[in-house]
Amino acid sequence: MSVGSRFAAVLALSLSFAAAANAATAGWPLQQAGTDVSNLASLQRGARNFVNYCLGCHSAKYMRYSQLAEDLALTEDELRASLMFTGTRVYDTMDSAMSAEQGRLWFGNAPPDLSLIARSRGPDYLYTFLRTFYEDPSRPTGVNNAVLPGTAMPHVLAPLQGLQQPRFETTRGSDGKETQHLVGLEPGSAPGDLPAAAFDSFVRDTVAFLEYVSEPSKARRQALGVWVILFLLMFTTFAWFLYKEYWKDVK
Amino acid sequence: MAAQEAPAGTGRLAALGAWIDARFPMTKMWNEHAAQYYAPKNFNFWYFFGFLALFVLALQIVTGIFLTMSYKPSATEAFGSVEYIMRDVEWGWLLRYLHSTGASAFFVVVYLHMFRALLYGSHRKPRELLWIFGVLIYLALMAEAFFGYLLPWGNMSYWGAQVIVSLFGSFPVIGEGLVEWIRGDYFISDITLNRFFALHVVALPLVLIFLVVAHLLALHEVGSNNPDGIEIKKTKGADGHPVDGIPFHPYYTVKDLFGLGVFLVLFAAVVFFAPEMGGLFLEAPNFEPANPLLTPAHIAPVWYFTPFYAMLRAVPAFAGTQVWGVLVMFAAILVLFFVPWLDRSPVRSIRYRGPIYKVTLMVFAANFIMLGYCGLMPPAEPYKTLSVIGTIYYFIFFLAMPWFTRIEKTRPEPVRVTK
Repeated sequence: MSVGSRFAAVLALSLSFAAAANAATAGWPLQQAGTDVSNLASLQRGARNFVNYCLGCHSAKYMRYSQLAEDLALTEDELRASLMFTGTRVYDTMDSAMSAEQGRLWFGNAPPDLSLIARSRGPDYLYTFLRTFYEDPSRPTGVNNAVLPGTAMPHVLAPLQGLQQPRFETTRGSDGKETQHLVGLEPGSAPGDLPAAAFDSFVRDTVAFLEYVSEPSKARRQALGVWVILFLLMFTTFAWFLYKEYWKDVK
Repeated sequence: MAAQEAPAGTGRLAALGAWIDARFPMTKMWNEHAAQYYAPKNFNFWYFFGFLALFVLALQIVTGIFLTMSYKPSATEAFGSVEYIMRDVEWGWLLRYLHSTGASAFFVVVYLHMFRALLYGSHRKPRELLWIFGVLIYLALMAEAFFGYLLPWGNMSYWGAQVIVSLFGSFPVIGEGLVEWIRGDYFISDITLNRFFALHVVALPLVLIFLVVAHLLALHEVGSNNPDGIEIKKTKGADGHPVDGIPFHPYYTVKDLFGLGVFLVLFAAVVFFAPEMGGLFLEAPNFEPANPLLTPAHIAPVWYFTPFYAMLRAVPAFAGTQVWGVLVMFAAILVLFFVPWLDRSPVRSIRYRGPIYKVTLMVFAANFIMLGYCGLMPPAEPYKTLSVIGTIYYFIFFLAMPWFTRIEKTRPEPVRVTK
């Protein structure tokens, strides 16, 4: 076996490791978020959505407004006019008006900080989660979620999406017990303000923003990476010629 | 061959060199370890990894120093300070990714370096001590990585440390006390974080550097092995130097420079485009702060520990205790120390061994990777059965080595190195 093929086998195995570690947990199938953190317009729309719909309860305590303005190409005036509440300063972090204690009292659970949610759960999870609320009168919030059953979060985006109706299927187990499985979601009778496709892109922009917030340097990192690798390829080429030159006299 | 007298040239610089040499063996050391250290001329692909391991060690130390400047070893501040590094510190994200990717890269190159030794018999007489220093480096590296993994204070850091530290609790009688002594508390806490920080940034780096120096001194004392597994010192030329040897500097310094370039391209690809490596290098639950009340759905150690983790889980509880799995795990590392004496083949290199060693070694490598994969997976079938089979093979490979290496027909070794 040649060194090359051995090396290729090791590489293939390590890649299959990565794929396995990445495999989603069983349950409701996750949809591809299709986000793009290098799309500034999408991030700007997402920032607006986040401030209007999320920041009331969730903080992003590691994200500074000033950093946001810089990365999203916003002037300080634009930032103040569209994204900041009165009383906050540009160097502040994105804190919620609601305290954790209030959250616990009102929802039973303090709404989690969203600074890193896109890294701990993944964009696909967030995208699917935000789109799969459905009506469930048995819950205190009146809604349930296909991805996170029993979530304490109310359907904040209901005015935009409308209230989806669940479709259940009953199966009988080997012990004769009947269990209900959620198999689908259908649009409810009262439609939301946004058509389905527009709602999806609304959620996509919001998730893209959360992805940006979870790692503000991501777009910069990838852009820089291209140049670093080009430089290293050049360096390696010169090192190869240097090596060949020196080794000419090794017989 | 160019003169390798350092400092070269004349004038003030040469005078300074002479002044130093009269007081410190600068030129002598340079010659002994580089310019007149004769290495076999037939090193192949596998011989890059020793140098690369040294490079990664330096990278980890340098990035580690800068990370320490902004990191806060405290249970309330650690997680936030890592995010502070990622967001507010100039180039902090790069430092952090270099360090986190460097940890995994360290194990990649060290595993390949160790495999090279098994391929070409680099652990055989007179290199037993060189091998033992190497295994000690591997052990110190595992401890270093384990302590470092707690520092980001993410939820996987916390629970990973919780699981590994509690392993020591399975020892009879002393177990409970031992675990408390390691943690310094009744659970993983601020105190544990502080001592792990001390061990990670001071104690183990010192141990590692000391061991690496010992490893290099032992290597330069006995000389490098090579893919043919023969001693180049046996065939010397009129100048007293091995005929098949070439000075490490400049020949291998330029060759390693090229190897470094290739390594850096791959390394940069991970750092800039996949620093999480699909959850293998940075695990998703570690982006949530440590939470003693919330166990992650599936706790797995980082990939470089998982072969041993699979062995730990493969052993069932017996006589009312789990300690057997822990003992098997430690034995799996302990057995490595004895490899120089377990291998009884008349030849060193795989090139002149028969098919038995070739096949068993390849299966061993595949088996080790399979164990690593099982260790990442939840403890369910088929991984449980595979872990048991893998563990048995791991030990059979070493314990049967004295027998199968001795009975195997080998081909005669050449006198001079081949291409």
